[in-house]
Amino acid sequence: MFAEEAAGEAVHAAGWFLEHAWLIPLIPAVAFFLIIFFGKKMPKGGSEIGIASMAASFVIAAGAAYQWIDLLHHTEEPEPITKTVTWWSSGGLKFSIGQQIDGLAIMALVLVAFISTLVQIYSTEYVRGDRRYTHFFASLTLFSAGMLTMVLAPNMVQFILGWEIMGLCSFMLIGHWWEEEANSRAALKAFFTVRTGDMGLLVGTAMLLAVFGTLDIGGEGGINALAAAGEFDSKNMLMWTAVALFIAAIGKSGQFPLHTWLPDAMAGPTPVSSLLHSSTMVVAGVFLVARLYPVFHIGLDINVAGSHVNLIAVIGGITILIAAALAFVQNDIKKVLAYSTVSQLGYMMMGLGVGAWMPAVFHIFTHAFFKCCLFLCAGSVAHTGSHHSFDMKTDMGGLRKKMPVTFITWIVSTAALCGLPFFSGFFSKDEIIDSAHANDYTIFWIIGLGGAFLTTAYMTRATYLTFFGTPRGGAAHFVNGHEDHSHDEAADEVHHDVDGLDTHAHGHDDHHAPVQHGKPLPFAPDDSPWQITVPLLILGFLALVSGYLNAAPFKLHYFEHWLESSIGLPFGEGGSAVPEPPEFEWINAVPSILLVAAGFAVSLYLCKAVFGSERSAFKGLTQRNGLLGAGHKFLVNKYYLDALYEGVIVRAIAHPIAKAAYWTNQHILDGIVNGVGIGGKNAGLWVYRNVDQRVVDGAVNGSGATARGAGGALQPVQSGKVSMYGALLFGAAAVGALVLVLVNS
Amino acid sequence: MLVNQFLILGALLFCMGVYGVLTRKNAVMVLLSIELILNSVNINLLAFDRLNGGSDGNVFALYIIAVAAAEVGVGLAMVMLIYRNRKSISLDDLSEMKG
Amino acid sequence: MVLASDIQVAQNVGFGIIALMMVLAGVGVIASRNVVHAALSLVIVMAGAAAQYVLLAAEFVAVTQVLVYIGAVMVLFLFGVMLTRAKIGKDADLNNGNAAVAAPVALLLFGVMVYVLGKGFTDQELPTSDVRPQYTATISDLIFKPYLLPFWALSFVLLAAVIGAIVLARKD
Repeated sequence: MFAEEAAGEAVHAAGWFLEHAWLIPLIPAVAFFLIIFFGKKMPKGGSEIGIASMAASFVIAAGAAYQWIDLLHHTEEPEPITKTVTWWSSGGLKFSIGQQIDGLAIMALVLVAFISTLVQIYSTEYVRGDRRYTHFFASLTLFSAGMLTMVLAPNMVQFILGWEIMGLCSFMLIGHWWEEEANSRAALKAFFTVRTGDMGLLVGTAMLLAVFGTLDIGGEGGINALAAAGEFDSKNMLMWTAVALFIAAIGKSGQFPLHTWLPDAMAGPTPVSSLLHSSTMVVAGVFLVARLYPVFHIGLDINVAGSHVNLIAVIGGITILIAAALAFVQNDIKKVLAYSTVSQLGYMMMGLGVGAWMPAVFHIFTHAFFKCCLFLCAGSVAHTGSHHSFDMKTDMGGLRKKMPVTFITWIVSTAALCGLPFFSGFFSKDEIIDSAHANDYTIFWIIGLGGAFLTTAYMTRATYLTFFGTPRGGAAHFVNGHEDHSHDEAADEVHHDVDGLDTHAHGHDDHHAPVQHGKPLPFAPDDSPWQITVPLLILGFLALVSGYLNAAPFKLHYFEHWLESSIGLPFGEGGSAVPEPPEFEWINAVPSILLVAAGFAVSLYLCKAVFGSERSAFKGLTQRNGLLGAGHKFLVNKYYLDALYEGVIVRAIAHPIAKAAYWTNQHILDGIVNGVGIGGKNAGLWVYRNVDQRVVDGAVNGSGATARGAGGALQPVQSGKVSMYGALLFGAAAVGALVLVLVNS
Repeated sequence: MLVNQFLILGALLFCMGVYGVLTRKNAVMVLLSIELILNSVNINLLAFDRLNGGSDGNVFALYIIAVAAAEVGVGLAMVMLIYRNRKSISLDDLSEMKG
Repeated sequence: MVLASDIQVAQNVGFGIIALMMVLAGVGVIASRNVVHAALSLVIVMAGAAAQYVLLAAEFVAVTQVLVYIGAVMVLFLFGVMLTRAKIGKDADLNNGNAAVAAPVALLLFGVMVYVLGKGFTDQELPTSDVRPQYTATISDLIFKPYLLPFWALSFVLLAAVIGAIVLARKD
């Protein structure tokens, strides 16, 4: 009987979708080439291929998720479903490519495929008429293929492959409207900053190979299993491996101090910000840490008795606070959301750092829905309500009545972001904070609570400025001038027909009327067209309910059950075990709920005082009070980190090498040559004044003159003639060889 | 045959190439001299290969031929670009690096 | 006892003639005042090098040398000469005045190398068994087994060179 059951289990081991999960990234990858080659000739410019491929991927991912859950009914400890083919082999090392499906991979697959589908539908309206419409969809599809490749990577090589594809797509999409210089600069900045972190990934992967002798992630004999079993020679080496890999995560996930690229990346079209720079790509760093958790957990001594800090938690904690503080001084609604994303990524990192693997991963899941929704709302407001402006202070306000769908989904998502009870963010974020408390990381518990307060406060400010108060600028035109609106719309259509593709590409904010191309939903006639509002409604609904997959207060632990085999470490006490998530008690949630309420009240009061119509002592406070003004300026300038990077680091990279060489020539070589002369002269003067004017006088002047003469004599060497440099090179090589020969003979 | 015959022939060609690179002003001529250097290296590789009885040197020589082809392609493209911008391919005119 | 077959008279004579030819042509490459003559001299050097490869029992490399260098690279050079409108005929402006620096450098290099080679390989003979079975097959095995990674890197270099050459040289 028992044997029969075991056999039944073996048969039941996996289903078609689980076995063929490698199709999930393959379909968009093929679609990318189809769009590039045939997209322009398709009736909808290639967008239909992109949407269809993403939908197909989502169907397979959903089927795989269903079969995975089904599998868990039959077996307690599921093995990841791994299939690989050898890609290439060199010197006895085999590099394979394939799939490794477990709970974590399936969660990310479903998430990415689903959100990509919605964002592509949204984009058909948002970038309609763009001159690089086809390329936009091609890049989006390639991005999804890259992320999906990374998510189901069975080894580090495939992981890097997906990771780099995403980096490339991010660069292409941020710079989508590269005609404006700010955009192309932002794209370069994002690329260079993330590349800085990527060095860590390469170094870390090489070190993994050195430590474990394999690049496979899961399964027996994989990195995770070896790390969990303690089969490595040097703990110190493992620690540095974890540090190197974490640097990659810092770069990709916009953690302090490499977070500066993420807000600038908002130069890209809003669907890009929504998909790449909030919900999917930027969690790749968090995903890396979650995927190789045993390496980090053991290498960085997380949850070792008596330790109260570690690198991951510290970086995450700092990021939460500084990003939330920066969100206060932004006027651009997308930048508020960008800093909010950085801050929430900080929560995920901190969660991983305090041993709360499950809540952190669950936060990836819930955050993706509500943050994507918030960005799409911002895009909807700009697209329809505020003349393509993202400035909350000059072009928004009072939009809630005109744009009900956008408003309601925004409010629901904001509530989820702030962690209001019974919204999805509450169940994940509060779990992270609670775990920090339960695992004895008191400092990070306080940081988490402070972050919750700040989050509520800046989101209240953004909501107030966007949807309440008096309409300003573009919004005023939209809200008040409805009669004109239809007229303008018609005029705008004509405008589009005439010079068609140029309108979006050039000035995305120089429209003089709101743009609406598609049909709006019947119950919201002034809101954005259905291509925009339907994804908003779906995401808003999920922002409301997705938290119930793992709602600790109601003893719902589905998510935990599905994913717990992916940690790679046992639950429990002591050794390398991950602590059990704490039992939920409402009393523990009280501080955070109170702080959320306080943040809301304080911020609302300040907003009414500062931005409201009535006179108030708070108006212009930063101009009047020196200390507050200085703080404000410090925040507006983003802690001057950008100035540091631009002035010192990026300058050396961005400028052509010839220029750098020229500069070296001018300043360093000449400087040395001249410096010798000047130094000699100064030394001479010093001696002249201090020793004996009469006796040494002549000799000292002579030495100064000699030094200057030597400088002058060396100057012709820097002739600028290539052949002279070549002669020096070969001559030096010959002399060097001669010396070697003479020394060795 | 002595191995030194080939090695000294290679050395001679190499030094001629160096002389050419240093004295020529015309960029195309400099590229020609570089080809001379690459060929001398190939002769050396094959001579050593023959001496040691392997075939690895042959592989290296083939790779060098391929790299040389790439180098000539890019080099000539650069020369063309310089010619188009300055109507001259004299290397003496390219002295932006003068100190 | 030294046999005539060990001295390999024919090969040595062949080597001498080809080497002399190559050196003379090499002088032509670096000293000719005519761009086209210099390029044609380089053809002789390369053909001579191919002949030397045959003497060294490396037929496959020799054939590749003929195909790639003499067939393709030289054509490229002649096109380069043509497109940059170099003077066909004598051109007094080919050299810079650096011969006074270059000659000592080249001679010093040559002196060092000859000295080292003379010391290192005084009179080592090359092996005489000049038949290597399966020679080309061995090379392909080497390329696609132990030297696969360099081969890949090389393919990327070539791809980058092709793209780079197009980007640099096209008029837009």
